This record gives sequence, structure tokens and C-alpha cells, in this order.
Amino acid sequence: MQKHITQVAKSTPKALRLSKAVMFFSLWTSVSQLHAAILPEDRADFMYHSYEGGGIEITGPSILVRKQIDDKFSFYGNYYVDNITGASIDVVATASPYEENRTEYKAGMEYLRDQVTLKTSYTHSEENDFLAQSVNFDVSQEIFGGMSTVSLGYSYGWDEVGRSTDPTFSRDVDRQSYRVSLSQVLTKKLIAELAVETITDEGFLNNPYRQVRYFDATAARGFNYEFEVYPNTRTSTAVALRAAYYLPYRAALHAEYRIYEDTWGIKASNIELKYTHPFKDKWIFDISLRGYEQTAADFYADIFPGANAQNFLARDKELSTFTGGSYGFGVSYEFTKEWGFIDKGTFNFSFNHLEYEYENFRDVTAGGAPGSEPLYFLDADIVQMYISLWY
Amino acid sequence: MIKISLPSCIMLLLLVSGCSKIEPWVKPYERDQLADPIMSSARDPVSKSYMTHVYQAREAARGAEGGAGGGCGCN
Repeated sequence: MQKHITQVAKSTPKALRLSKAVMFFSLWTSVSQLHAAILPEDRADFMYHSYEGGGIEITGPSILVRKQIDDKFSFYGNYYVDNITGASIDVVATASPYEENRTEYKAGMEYLRDQVTLKTSYTHSEENDFLAQSVNFDVSQEIFGGMSTVSLGYSYGWDEVGRSTDPTFSRDVDRQSYRVSLSQVLTKKLIAELAVETITDEGFLNNPYRQVRYFDATAARGFNYEFEVYPNTRTSTAVALRAAYYLPYRAALHAEYRIYEDTWGIKASNIELKYTHPFKDKWIFDISLRGYEQTAADFYADIFPGANAQNFLARDKELSTFTGGSYGFGVSYEFTKEWGFIDKGTFNFSFNHLEYEYENFRDVTAGGAPGSEPLYFLDADIVQMYISLWY
Repeated sequence: MIKISLPSCIMLLLLVSGCSKIEPWVKPYERDQLADPIMSSARDPVSKSYMTHVYQAREAARGAEGGAGGGCGCN
């Protein structure tokens, strides 16, 4: 044994190989630790968002702050506001009132133990006529040498629906979500994720203001309005496949395809491609394209043949048949000057343009014979500006 | 560009989950490119959740949007 060790020590090529093996093992160990499950970084994001289209403008802040404690816990809080001004096509057509402000608070915690991450959060969203609360639980575990991550999640939400014109009006909605996903490293440059989520709603699911229209020969314009009526349950399932590919130069290509189906008869799918290109270490540019299509709910119609034509009635354009497309770009600039406890930060700007072409939702404000008005078209511009700080 | 079809992905995942003899073929020290922030689908969670909210408001489809959380296996 002693002789063998001496031979190894004296043999230069073997010693080099041993040295390389030690270096390799050290590198492997350090990288293994690096790639073990970790908590999200400590960071804060301060965003201003703006949505303008379809006759309305929605702006507001979103502030997200996250902080680790003891490398095992990560706490975060999110404050989000939608300030709504203007009048959508529904409001213009029927003079319905609508919410002008929505404020959302979210608080959450993540706990890391070995390769398992437990997450829980609480969300509180409030409008003058709508209160939504939910609790969320998720667990993720890395398996197969860290190449696979399995995640399970459950959410329970309870809403209180009001009507600003009737203080006595109050209805409840219960929501539950079940989700599972598998993320898989496929090659050194390719990672994919398969996600499935089923959501069930029960309660008062329609908008308390929105109305459907029906032919009425006694009305001057040839049609009239009545309140919409939805089923009190809805169950939906969505399946999404995502992939990200690292290009030969430092850039990334992201792709997503999702299919959707629910018990209201709606089928939908969307596809999205995004290209991310860093430039000189400080800049990151993103461009994206997205397409969407859906079929209408079974009980949707732009105009019904008469009053109370069927048990369920809907004229929400989001439940009609339509196709959509969007494009967007974003730019991020990183600054690394240390300001006190700040390690680095980024300035970010992004712009997205959305378009939706409705196939059976007509623009009643455009005039024309009932049921033959021009089809409605919606486009919107979205701007996001935010500063992110790491500490 | 490596071409991988959906059926082959599913077969691959079934093999991974059902056959203990298969070893992880991408070692941790080979995942530096996967761990690059540009590979994250939610590089900026505040932006990701905002766009999800926008699409949920305009479209009937919901769910499986992908969270801002982990799941990349390459942290």
C-alpha cells in the first residue's frame, strides 16, 4: 500500500490526474451546492403600469418586496393598485356603473428544507363593490439529481360580490384551484415544464351590472336589455407546455403553448414566443409575440331572440368567440453602484400592444340594424416602468 | 437546434420517473447556462404577474400560467 502511494506521488502524470480529479470534485461539490434548491433573492420592485384601450385607462403602482431570514425563510409582500377611468363598450352601451379602483395586498412566505420548498400566501383584493380573498399553498421538490422539479399547489378563494346601486345586494363565490407541474432539464441548454391546473368556481359568477340584449319589436331601436344570468358553477382545466432554450451565443428563446377547456363550453389556446438578448453585460432586450383564440360559452349570444330566451344568458365579450394577438418589447439596464445596503439594481421599461377581433360580439354604439352592427375590435397599449433593487 | 417532439418528451419523463437505472445526464456543473437569469420565464416577478392579470381580464382562459416561483431545477 505504501509502495503504491509512493508510486502515485512520484508519477507526475498520475499526480496531475489526481490533482485534476480533486479539482473536479471540488468544482462539482461547489456547483452542486450552488444548484441545490434555494430561495428567491432579496429584492424590491417598484412598478408603474398603464393599460389604455377599449375606452378605458387603467394605471397604478405595484410594489413587491422580498426578504430572506436565516436562509430558510423568505417573506414577501405585494401592494398593487388599478385606477380605472373612462368607459368600456359595456358602460357606453348600457350606462352601467363599474368599479373605479381596485387595491390588492398579498403577503407570502417560503420555507426551504433540503430540496423541498413550501410556499403559502394570502391575497386580499378590494373594490367598492367587490371583495376577494384567497389563501394559496404550494410544495416543490427537486428530484433526479436536481434535473426534475415536481410542484403541487392548492388555492381557496372566497369573494363577496356587491352592487353599488343596491347596498342590500350581496352574493358569495367560492373558488378552488388544484395545480401540478413538472419541470425537467432536458439538455445543457434546454429546459421544459408541463403544468396542469383545474379551477372550480361556485356561487354568483356573473357581473352584477352587465346586461344582455334581445330583439324587441316594441322598442324604438328594435332591441332591449335584461340582466345576464350565468350558471353558478364553472370548472376549467388548462394544460401548458413551456420551454426555454439557451442559444449558442448568450441569448434565450422562450416558448409556451397552452390549451384550455371549461364546463361552459369554452375552448381556448395560446402560443407565445419570446427572445431575450443581453448586450454588453448591462443591457437585456426582450421581444415577444403571442397569439390567442377561444370559442364562445354555450349560453353566449350577441342578441337573443326574445326576453328570457333561455335559462342562462351572457353577452360578455370575454365569453364570445374571438382571436387575439400581441407583440411586445422590453429593455432592462443594470447599474451596480452600491448605495448603502443596495448591491445592484435595474431600470426596466416594456411596451406591449394587444389586439382582439371579436367574431360574434357587435359594437352597438356604431348603429345599424339590430344584429348586423359592425363586429367589435379592441386594441390596447400596455406600458410598464419599474426599478428593481437587490440587497 | 435540437428537435424534441412532445411524445418523445413524455416518453423521456416516463422513463425518468419509472426507471431508477437512468442517471441524471446533465450534471449540476453543466447547468450554468440553464441557471442564467435570461433563461427564467419570470425574470421579473412583478411584471410577470401583471401581464398574467391583464390577459386574465381580457380572455376566458385561466390557469397554468406559470408562477413566479421555482420549478426550473437549476437554481
